[in-house]
Amino acid sequence: MIELIKNTNINFLGKRNIAFVVSGILSVIGIIAVIQIATGHANLGIDFAGGTAIQFKFEKPVALHDIRLALEAGGLKDFDLQDLPSENKILIRVKKIDHKLGQVSETITSVLSQKVPDNKYVVDSITEIGPKVGGRLRADAARAVAVAVIGILIYVAFRFQFKFGVGATIATFHDVLAVLGLFFIMGREINLILVTALLTIAGYSLTDTVVVFDRIRENLKLKQKESVEAVMNTSINEVLSRTIITSTTVLLTSIALFFFGGEVLHDFSLAMIMGVVIGTFSSIFVASPIVLIWGGKRPFAKK
Amino acid sequence: MKKKILWKLILIGLTLILAIIFFLPNTPVFKYMPEWWKTNMPNKGIVLGLDLQGGLHLVFEVEGDKAVEITTDRYASRLRELFAKKNLTANVTVSGLTITITPSTTDIIKVVEDNYPTLATVETGTRLVYKISDKEAGRIKDTSADQALETIRNRIDQFGVSEPTIHRQGENEIVVQLPGVKDPKRAIDLIGKTAQLEFKLVADDVKVASEIPQTIAPGEEELLLSQFAGKIPEDTEILFEKKVNRETGAVRKLPILLKKQAALTGDLLSDAKVSIDTRFSEPYVSLSFNTAGANLFEEVTAANVKKRLAIILDNTVYSAPVIQERIAGGNAQITGNFTMEEAKDLSIVLKAGALPAPMKMLQNVTVGPSLGRDSIEAGKRAGIIGTIAVVIFMIFYYRFSGIIADFALLLNIILLLGAMASLNATLTMPGIAGIILAIGMAVDSNVLMFERMRDELRAGKTPRAAVDSGYDKAFWTIFDSHVTTLITAAVLFQFGTGPIKGFAVTLSLGVSINLFTALIGTKSIFDIINTKRELKNLSI
Repeated sequence: MIELIKNTNINFLGKRNIAFVVSGILSVIGIIAVIQIATGHANLGIDFAGGTAIQFKFEKPVALHDIRLALEAGGLKDFDLQDLPSENKILIRVKKIDHKLGQVSETITSVLSQKVPDNKYVVDSITEIGPKVGGRLRADAARAVAVAVIGILIYVAFRFQFKFGVGATIATFHDVLAVLGLFFIMGREINLILVTALLTIAGYSLTDTVVVFDRIRENLKLKQKESVEAVMNTSINEVLSRTIITSTTVLLTSIALFFFGGEVLHDFSLAMIMGVVIGTFSSIFVASPIVLIWGGKRPFAKK
Repeated sequence: MKKKILWKLILIGLTLILAIIFFLPNTPVFKYMPEWWKTNMPNKGIVLGLDLQGGLHLVFEVEGDKAVEITTDRYASRLRELFAKKNLTANVTVSGLTITITPSTTDIIKVVEDNYPTLATVETGTRLVYKISDKEAGRIKDTSADQALETIRNRIDQFGVSEPTIHRQGENEIVVQLPGVKDPKRAIDLIGKTAQLEFKLVADDVKVASEIPQTIAPGEEELLLSQFAGKIPEDTEILFEKKVNRETGAVRKLPILLKKQAALTGDLLSDAKVSIDTRFSEPYVSLSFNTAGANLFEEVTAANVKKRLAIILDNTVYSAPVIQERIAGGNAQITGNFTMEEAKDLSIVLKAGALPAPMKMLQNVTVGPSLGRDSIEAGKRAGIIGTIAVVIFMIFYYRFSGIIADFALLLNIILLLGAMASLNATLTMPGIAGIILAIGMAVDSNVLMFERMRDELRAGKTPRAAVDSGYDKAFWTIFDSHVTTLITAAVLFQFGTGPIKGFAVTLSLGVSINLFTALIGTKSIFDIINTKRELKNLSI
């Protein structure tokens, strides 16, 4: 029997102040990110901001610089370029849309056929989003996050007690904010697929928290004489092994996805990796302390 | 006890067989199955989403206001006719969505109210101002969206796309999904073209016509229109013909002064075909009118011999030939430097009819077939590597019990694929991520049980008792943790678009099936081992 984590007795709740500082910083970054997104200062993906993105796959390697010059000569402004040199792929994104939808992509393809004639290409993908759809997707995403958070709060409050619901919701929200904040700081694109990852992280982190709460509830009923803080500590230690094993397996698949899952899922899996780590941290260090600090009557006391 | 296990095993075996049957169409084995199997057994399997097989996802907005404008225009010209018929002198002008009539007399009001109860009064006094009532405008917009949908369906049917999806969304949007289209631009042009065909007389007899320059350079249209804005008569307009020099390829624009009122429109067509001009071996589109159209065409040509008649498509003049004589039989043609494909597409849109109002493209997501293939390959690779990593890790950590968990994991994967195939669910790239994540999360239930069993063993229980109570104690935790994931998956399904919906489907199916394999699958294996002989020690 291999037991990497055997009969630990770590005083997790005693370290709550350190944990709160870390969480506080992560959350503040996240809140800043939310404000920047709302005021339009973040690197929003074209699905939210509207615009055009085209990905080309060339036969031969291309220099990013040549493409840039060609597009500028073709009269294109405000675009950014990204390349995937291993596969001769170039991604061109134009965020401004003061034209009819479809015009920008036409300009780009005609410029490239003219200026880079000796290097054939196929169009991997074209995404054109008008401002109306962009706004709608933005609103939908915000609403989805809100509904998910409320749903979580209600379920946990129903299965446990209201303050556990609040603890779980704050811990979950904390994870979502933290990953969003990190993506913002790294200058990564905030897009629909990231929101999907964020909601998945919310679900995953909540699972972790629920497992901890479950044990706390059970132990609170069994160990009536011990203090709530001591019971919480014991419970977290008891499920620590499971927390780490499961996080490891999810992390393993996320890493596989990151390295082998292809370009489409690159950011998604990066967010998942961050989310699993932060989610594990928050289910240990954030969720329970909040319930403890809330205070009041001993939860699940026998009447 | 033994009987209960047997039932569980039968249940597992049956679901496994079902899953394999459903998933078979997605495997290479399906090719070798006998014919009766292919026709009678499930043969569709998991459907690939547009992002994996390549194709177009388009969202158009039908500009309903334009349809109301067009109707307003039509009302105004009918009113003019009515007033003329009743010998009432009235001046009817249209600007946008309003009709203004002077003078304001009771006779005129009566004519309007009797014939057009759907017109609402905006202003009475020295002049009368009407507009189409809000209720009627709403109806027109709704009908125009329905008509647009029908027209698009016709065009796509004739264009030839297998399994297109076309549906309305919200008030005035139309979603078109075309899997596997090779030439996206052509498809977009074909769908988005209004295809309003009109025949209008050229107003060469108006004095100001001679002042209009013969040709201008492309881009100078707006300037020219503003120059002549107040000068041309109210019942005329300037449209442009595009001329391409055969040798040099240089493009010029020819401004032409036309009567605003169309002499004939495309809704009177019965057919449109591609033909080849023998002189230049250039394709053109030949048109045939229906009986009413043919009569009208004959009338118009008879009354206007030696005058020019312009053929206009979506406000661009294609040609303006001189009418040499009365034309009976109802045939006409559109020429204009077409390629074969352009001519074919033009004939398709003319045959399928014009859109009731112009459409604006709101969204276009095009995925090339090679990216889709790459994505599938990458997804498979990541899935296999992720699974192997988890399998090895579980055996390393839980030894024999790890093998049981791995068995449950494989069962889980097969059942998940089978369930998706049985629902003919659409697999998208995020959906693949959902499957792979579900693999990572699938072992959680077993981990929860194993950890409980270890606790019980440490507390000194026998292996059998440890299995039973570990399982019992873990049950509600497993249940709770699954429900929370299902909540977020449900939210994603509700709010997500295509690819995200695919993710929600795979994740929620994965989680639900996990509940089954963990609670029935793993437990049965432990039970079998325990009934054979009382275990001395549990390898966990």
